[in-house]
Amino acid sequence: MSWLKKSASDTQITHGRRLWLYASAAIIMLLLVIPTLIVIPMSFSDSQYLEFPPSNWSMRWYYEYFESARWMRATATSFQVGFLTMILATPLGTMAAYALFVSGHKLARVVFTFLITPMIVPVILIAIGIFYAYGKAGLNNTIPGLVLAHTVLAIPLVMIVITAALRTYDLNQERVARSLGATRTKAFFVITLPQIKFSVVTSALLSFLTSFDEVIVAIFVSGGSNATLTKHMFAALRDYIDPTIASISTLMILISTTLLLATQIFGSKEK
Amino acid sequence: MYALDTVDLEVKSGEFLTLLGPSGSGKTTLLMAIAGFNRPDAGSIRFADTEMILTPPHKRDVGMVFQSYALFPHMTVSENIAFPLKLRNVETKEKKQRVQEALDTVQLSDLGNRNIDQLSGGQRQRVALARAFVFKPQILLMDEPLSALDKKLREHMQIELKRIHEQLGVTTVYVTHDQREALTMSDRIAVINDGKIAQIDTPHAIYNQPSNQFVADFIGESSILPLTLEADNKLSFSGQNIRTDVNLNSARQWGLLVRPERLFVADKNSLSIDEHLIFNGIVRDFVYQGETAYAVATINQSYELAFRFGTDASSTEHMMQTGDEITLGLNRHDTTVIPLEQIDQS
Repeated sequence: MSWLKKSASDTQITHGRRLWLYASAAIIMLLLVIPTLIVIPMSFSDSQYLEFPPSNWSMRWYYEYFESARWMRATATSFQVGFLTMILATPLGTMAAYALFVSGHKLARVVFTFLITPMIVPVILIAIGIFYAYGKAGLNNTIPGLVLAHTVLAIPLVMIVITAALRTYDLNQERVARSLGATRTKAFFVITLPQIKFSVVTSALLSFLTSFDEVIVAIFVSGGSNATLTKHMFAALRDYIDPTIASISTLMILISTTLLLATQIFGSKEK
Repeated sequence: MYALDTVDLEVKSGEFLTLLGPSGSGKTTLLMAIAGFNRPDAGSIRFADTEMILTPPHKRDVGMVFQSYALFPHMTVSENIAFPLKLRNVETKEKKQRVQEALDTVQLSDLGNRNIDQLSGGQRQRVALARAFVFKPQILLMDEPLSALDKKLREHMQIELKRIHEQLGVTTVYVTHDQREALTMSDRIAVINDGKIAQIDTPHAIYNQPSNQFVADFIGESSILPLTLEADNKLSFSGQNIRTDVNLNSARQWGLLVRPERLFVADKNSLSIDEHLIFNGIVRDFVYQGETAYAVATINQSYELAFRFGTDASSTEHMMQTGDEITLGLNRHDTTVIPLEQIDQS
């Protein structure tokens, strides 16, 4: 095992002396991932109940899911709300991040912090607040209501991603473009936007995921025919436990990881 | 506090004017005001006779070169240069031709299809320049365009920029903190300090007849000796009278500006008091610097005088040591009298 004696970095520490580090890192990663992955075998179970490991294998709970009108409608709602949240939060968050980054105003930091509070405040508080506000406005159990609530949660993510991208961007490029004859708007769309486009795509995917995975606000604000997939899953877990949940979870894991991988790929492209 | 205070500046058509000053002096602020990126609280900015103070940057017809190059990395070299032409709806054929001309002018004829990240620092600077002049702007503005380059390339680009300026004849305002760069390239230099113009004149006049102590200190190396105003309204330094054209009527302190390279090491008896100022002193420091040697002598036990001399074979006889007695001569034509801001007794 000569590899163990090789130095792992410029500091001359060998791989052998770092084995404990590699092992603990591996354990931590497994602890993070296993609870998520455990539903995958459970979803292929033949049993009436959730069990692990499954005694017999089948696809029946996937059929159950795809053939249920109720589950299908909830899925459609989730996709619809996710998509609308994405096309609302991405431009709004990008505009806010750009304006606050460029302005250099002394209140810019304060406004930035203010706009990202939905990330810091416990979501349950936001959910309760929105629920009562919507009660007055008549927005509970409506698609627009849910989209607006999710947009509030997604904007901070968009702002953080876009601000990070702008930090590595030379704003003089926009100045040059303006002196060369471009209006400010044109300079943004022709010069700045193409260079932060991967971050914009990343933030769009994250906005979609924020909405698609969100359950707390959805429990309060969505309902009836406009209930989301996550809300239905939560209700189903409480009322009757059957492995359909596991099959849906597996599909959601698939969608989420695909989108997250996509953001990683777009993120690394911008360098 | 104002970033700029009562700046009155006129740039002549076709001129290469340099704004020279220490960092924080306001020179970049002034350039940005000309470009339209910051709006002065009061005042006027006119191109020819057109008031520009409310005109947005994109309507000012100003070519701009930044220190960071600010090339568009998602476009090729040609696309970068064609950008201002595209905005002006220049037709494709003429656009192509003008981009090629611009590339030829900056000697990058064959690099039009390159991506920006395939260019060296010097090449990027040339592309930034070509992009700034290709649309024949009224003014070319440059903000320390060479300061990111290494010394050799910088000196080469100074000559190159001067050649391009002469070829195009475009009115140019250039910002730098590097005095040698300013002296090399400019038709005129405006020395900026504390948001004010300390002096504006040709490089020759700025160097040889600075009008105040700041300019004398900031440009080149200098020693300043305090002068005595005699009863007959004439200036003298340790008994030697100093002739000057400066009007001495105001009640000020006056100083003699001495450039180190204008002094020469001499034999006491070979100098004539009519033609030369003579300084006797003791060598305090001596540094060999290659093409010249730099030394500081203490004269009259109280004043320091820096001087340079050649290091060629015939000069080696003057190779001196700390503590040597020395006589320095200065041609009377090389004397410059300047008003002092405070008495410098160092």
